[in-house]
Amino acid sequence: MPLLSKHLLGLEGMPKNDIQLILDTAESFREVLERPIKKVPPLQGKTIANMFFEGSTRTQLSFELAERRLSADVLGFQVSGSSVSKGESLKDTARNIEAMKVDMVVMRHWAAGAPHYLSKVIDANVVNAGDGAHEHPTQALLDMYTLKEKYGRIEGLHVCIVGDVLHSRVARSNIQGLKTMGARVSVCGPATMIPKELDRLGVEIYHHLDDVLQEVDVLNVLRLQLERDAGRFFPSIREYHNSYGITRERLEKAGRPITIMHPGPINRDVELSADVADGEHSVILQQVLNGVAVRMAVLYLLATGN
Amino acid sequence: MNIFLTGARIIDPATGRDEIGNIHLIDGKIERLTKGKAVPRGSQIIPFDGKILAPGFIDMHVHLREPGFEHKETILTGCTSAAAGGFTAVCCMPNTNPPIDDESVVRLVQNKGREALGGLVDVYPIAAVTIGRKGERLAPIAELSAAGAVAFTDDGDPVYNAEIMRRALEYAGMFERPIIQHAQDMPMTMGGSMNEGLTSTKLGLPGMPAVAEDLVIARDIFLAQYTDGRYHVAHLSTAGAVDLVRQAKTRKLSVTCEVTPHHFTLTDDIVRSFDTNTKMNPPLRTAADVEAIKAGLKDGTIDVIATDHAPHSFDEKQVEYQSAPFGIVGLETAVGLAMTELVHKGVLTIHQLVQKLSTNPRRILRLPDIAIAEGEMANLTIIDPDAEWVVDPSTFRSKSKNTPFAGYRLRGKPVGIINKGISFWTS
Repeated sequence: MPLLSKHLLGLEGMPKNDIQLILDTAESFREVLERPIKKVPPLQGKTIANMFFEGSTRTQLSFELAERRLSADVLGFQVSGSSVSKGESLKDTARNIEAMKVDMVVMRHWAAGAPHYLSKVIDANVVNAGDGAHEHPTQALLDMYTLKEKYGRIEGLHVCIVGDVLHSRVARSNIQGLKTMGARVSVCGPATMIPKELDRLGVEIYHHLDDVLQEVDVLNVLRLQLERDAGRFFPSIREYHNSYGITRERLEKAGRPITIMHPGPINRDVELSADVADGEHSVILQQVLNGVAVRMAVLYLLATGN
Repeated sequence: MNIFLTGARIIDPATGRDEIGNIHLIDGKIERLTKGKAVPRGSQIIPFDGKILAPGFIDMHVHLREPGFEHKETILTGCTSAAAGGFTAVCCMPNTNPPIDDESVVRLVQNKGREALGGLVDVYPIAAVTIGRKGERLAPIAELSAAGAVAFTDDGDPVYNAEIMRRALEYAGMFERPIIQHAQDMPMTMGGSMNEGLTSTKLGLPGMPAVAEDLVIARDIFLAQYTDGRYHVAHLSTAGAVDLVRQAKTRKLSVTCEVTPHHFTLTDDIVRSFDTNTKMNPPLRTAADVEAIKAGLKDGTIDVIATDHAPHSFDEKQVEYQSAPFGIVGLETAVGLAMTELVHKGVLTIHQLVQKLSTNPRRILRLPDIAIAEGEMANLTIIDPDAEWVVDPSTFRSKSKNTPFAGYRLRGKPVGIINKGISFWTS
């Protein structure tokens, strides 16, 4: 059963069956990652270009590892930084990819919609590795995989996304994916960082952490953009930490186990205290490991689907 | 030229005329208005049965881009686009390079307008409110008025400083000239690409809230009242703005406004395509705003339909949504969209449409009324109200093709224009 679409641009509108298929496929690749020899041949002869127009360490490494473990030829294309003038690069990039006869493109871009543009002008499969504040579908898929691994299900879980939802592609993809899979989704953050009309996506909105801790199974804690946002979206890091920082004391008050997720990299002791990040309910490192399996599944399904 | 236009429905709000009749034109002058079948000797008959003949349309919000941005549009290509769109006149915006903040640039634009197509399309420059459109020091409004600038605006940017706006209203008021405001609170919209709301929340694109438009208009209405100046809102796009203008009118203030065809046709939902031809400023708003705009058109709150024709080259729009320049071309789709969305859907009568495309803007700009009467020079727009057509940007006469309406099926089409003894037919 192939995926319905040729590209993975986002989870908005992706059918439940497709998400399920990716998660199921990831499970078999997850098993591969436990073998002594972690390489399998399905993408032999396929060329994948990783185009990162914005810095990213772990997502890029995770994709690269996934590609190599599937035996694809991997082309790195680091375009981050200010040397590339805005705009011009995207069109030229598309032309270059066409000329190089690449089969798939994994794209990270600072601008929402950039992979959508690319998918309209090239023949290759496009995988969105994060576009602006729009979507980061493989992150949400690996988050859901991690939940399923831990709980055996996604449906009925209450997941609260904590922090800067306004600027977060991780939040948007998680909201779309989790809603499709039947989870209860809430967000908790300062009113300045909750985008307008978010409730219309069927998301509960909290502004006080202690209100939601009583009811939640999972906290997916977002990274705070310290430099950019202090003074406009929140007054100070101290105040943010006091209001939204996840600490052991706070979790203990809830009196029930709460799973802690974070897309990384963590600002330790800002959004997440060190003892929680490394604590027994944290699945942050499982997320990293599962990320490779989920990305293998996505690449495999897209490459063999059409 | 000795032509006899027969069988058209002649609509002339200035004289109240609305009847089927014939017009005999000699060298661009209306010789006789007749009814019946008699044909004047020696004249060429042009049958216009089923067509509408109206006083020439004017688009009071056009970016002709010359001088400075001739790769997007020139005065010649812009005038040709206007003619093809059924307009016998355009007002051009001052955000050129150099900007229209000096008499010499007014004259340059006027001269190029007279040269283009023999002066078929009247080009009325609108000059900058402030020098360099920087919002700091008043432009020489008396000199610019004397040279022929019909209004003042820093369009593209707002006149943001309340003190400058106050003084501009006072000063331009002496010459009966309106200040046209591009209403946008700048800090609230910094980096914004689209309307703020459900769609921007889904897409993660930085938003421009409706309130950022409304609060500038609210402030300006207070200033218009305080100064007794003449104030015109460019391309209004929100339900709140419609309400504000409606209230100002009930208080008998000299406040008028215009709306673009895209703001009464499209909503921000279309941005989901990430097509950069859906990016304009003000941005496309919500269905509730479109409904409020239609109500404002219907009850007369909105005086004018103007396109905000904003040509950009193909490559300039082939970029990330957030990097793309704002604006779309509008001259060649305006009549079709207005007929399809407003007249055929019962929002406006054809008579009201003619007022918003001809009579009202001319009065706001203190241009003489066009009368369809014997002895007058003909300044006419002819439209086919029922012609069905599909928008094909490759046929545009504008140098730029940046439109979100490609492939749209429209009903109602300009047939041609006559002005200064010159005629232009679209097919």
